[in-house]
Amino acid sequence: MQFSKIKKGLLIAIPALALTACGSSSVVNDESAAAATNSATSAETSGAAQNAAAVEVATVEKAQTVEEMQQAKFEALRQEQTVYFDFDKSKVDAKYLELLQAHADYLIKNPNQTVMVEGHCDERGTPEYNIALGERRAKAVAQYLQNLGVMQSQISTVSYGEEKPVDLSRTQDGFAKNRRAVLVY
Amino acid sequence: MIRKFTLLLALVSLFFSSTSRSALEIVITEGIDSARPIAIVPFKYEGTRVLPLNIAEIVAADLMRSGKFKPLKVEEMPQLPNSDDEVDYASWASVGAEAVLVGTIKDHSVDRFLVSFELIDVLRGQITGGTVQVLVEGKLVETKDHILDNRQVVIGESQFRRYAHRISDLAYEKLTGERGAFLTKIAYVTINHGEEYPYKLIVADYDGANEQVLLRSREPLMSPSWSPDGTKLSYVTFENSRSQIYVQDIYTGTRQLLTSYEGINGAPQWSPDGKKLALVLSKDGNPELYVLELTNKTLTRLTRHRAIDTEPSWSPDGKFIVFSSERGGNAQLYSVNLDTKRIKRLTFDGEMNLGGSITPDNNHLIMVNRTQGKYHIAKKELESGNFQILTKTRLDESPSIAPNGSMIIYSTMHGSGQVLALVSIDGRFKARLPAAKGQVKSPAWSPFLN
Repeated sequence: MQFSKIKKGLLIAIPALALTACGSSSVVNDESAAAATNSATSAETSGAAQNAAAVEVATVEKAQTVEEMQQAKFEALRQEQTVYFDFDKSKVDAKYLELLQAHADYLIKNPNQTVMVEGHCDERGTPEYNIALGERRAKAVAQYLQNLGVMQSQISTVSYGEEKPVDLSRTQDGFAKNRRAVLVY
Repeated sequence: MIRKFTLLLALVSLFFSSTSRSALEIVITEGIDSARPIAIVPFKYEGTRVLPLNIAEIVAADLMRSGKFKPLKVEEMPQLPNSDDEVDYASWASVGAEAVLVGTIKDHSVDRFLVSFELIDVLRGQITGGTVQVLVEGKLVETKDHILDNRQVVIGESQFRRYAHRISDLAYEKLTGERGAFLTKIAYVTINHGEEYPYKLIVADYDGANEQVLLRSREPLMSPSWSPDGTKLSYVTFENSRSQIYVQDIYTGTRQLLTSYEGINGAPQWSPDGKKLALVLSKDGNPELYVLELTNKTLTRLTRHRAIDTEPSWSPDGKFIVFSSERGGNAQLYSVNLDTKRIKRLTFDGEMNLGGSITPDNNHLIMVNRTQGKYHIAKKELESGNFQILTKTRLDESPSIAPNGSMIIYSTMHGSGQVLALVSIDGRFKARLPAAKGQVKSPAWSPFLN
């Protein structure tokens, strides 16, 4: 969770750095650097950076090709790494198609990249049953990625059942946040 | 009808201060009013040293926690006798006490004490007046058959707590006809988010005393299960970013990796003869039950179904394994006969039943029942099919039965935290074991250790 927050932060900060030509790209890892170039043209992200900055930098909008726009969108989508599930269910909802397509696209273009899909449950039911349910969720996501063309060898799964909740409130909202599969690179 | 007692045993933590601090205390929440009144009279110390702890208080706490007895407070006692000769049966009968336990402690040798006790049946004593003549091999012999038990022992300071539990075991057995389980332990997992090692595998006396950490981990620990000889625990660990089953000797600390297959390695349960482990593996696609022979590591697959099969639990005779399966739609309990491999459905009540195990007397199936979205510990009488929900707590899971079948320890919610709780097998006595800090889960009651 912390890591993805950091990445989100970089995504916003890097376009600003690139535009002001600070040249401090040596501190940025390859993946984030790639994200920076792809999303530097995205009006939405650079706008956010400007709001946060003390100065306002004006730029000229570069016309985007169709392909570039999709890349930018996929990059943004890949920052989301979590798929949520209904109670006691392991079916991947159709609304996650775009999100998983973005991850599949990245994995297909980077065949040496592997991903771990973690399956999690809310705290209802027994720990052992939830381990089984969590595995089913992780495998449902793994299967989804495979159907989109990702190689089986790139994907591994692990179920943590109810052992690693992100929300400890034991409310309906909390339960919903905990019923999830997370893609970890 | 239901009187709720919230009796905090502050004295429990006081006892422990001299040895080790207890992380669990016991709060009795229901059921003291149905218990049998007895008296555990403070033992008289005829010596000059400082005693490590108060034996009578520990015995009284044990018997109260069994849910079957209501020990009188010291101020309610009509007299404070130390031997049968001093007991005024009528005065005890008048305050309703069925039995009185009296005792003395004397200095014996360096660091050794002589502890003696007598357990007295008050009503019998009142009838016979203390002695009765019986015919033994043609002769009349004087006997004191109102004395249910009397023993003496020489112990060191470090053995006081253990011997107090031993007295509790003896008294409980004399008064109920059932073996006591006060010299047992529980294993459980604690979670303290924010610590370097949030997950801990812990073993403590059944009452929470003598807590000892067996393992600290950055990643989840699950499903401790005792070997029948009480020397080892099997459990699941995620320390290598995957589930693996380990066995750990609780006295030497030696760890042995048992399984690390692709997918789930879960729910290990020792067979009653200690030679095998039932467990769950998903290496062949989905969770199935297996039996692992510990000597030669042979693996035998028990189930073959595309639905979830999990939570194996051995029948006391070792001939069946109870398990949870979704093969009928929702999760219900089934049993598999280990000889014939025949599978039989056991539960039909409520929306879901999980985590099943059979009581040591073979009469009941204990489980987690889901009805109207609520998870409670429930009991089904195997012969009659009578079904009873035992608890009223929230999100109950992981029931584990005491080796004498008298109590169930389980994990539940109290406030916003996960705690352990106790319920008697008849559902009348209920208690909570709140932790000093963090979450507590996955309790496993040890076998008899004496």
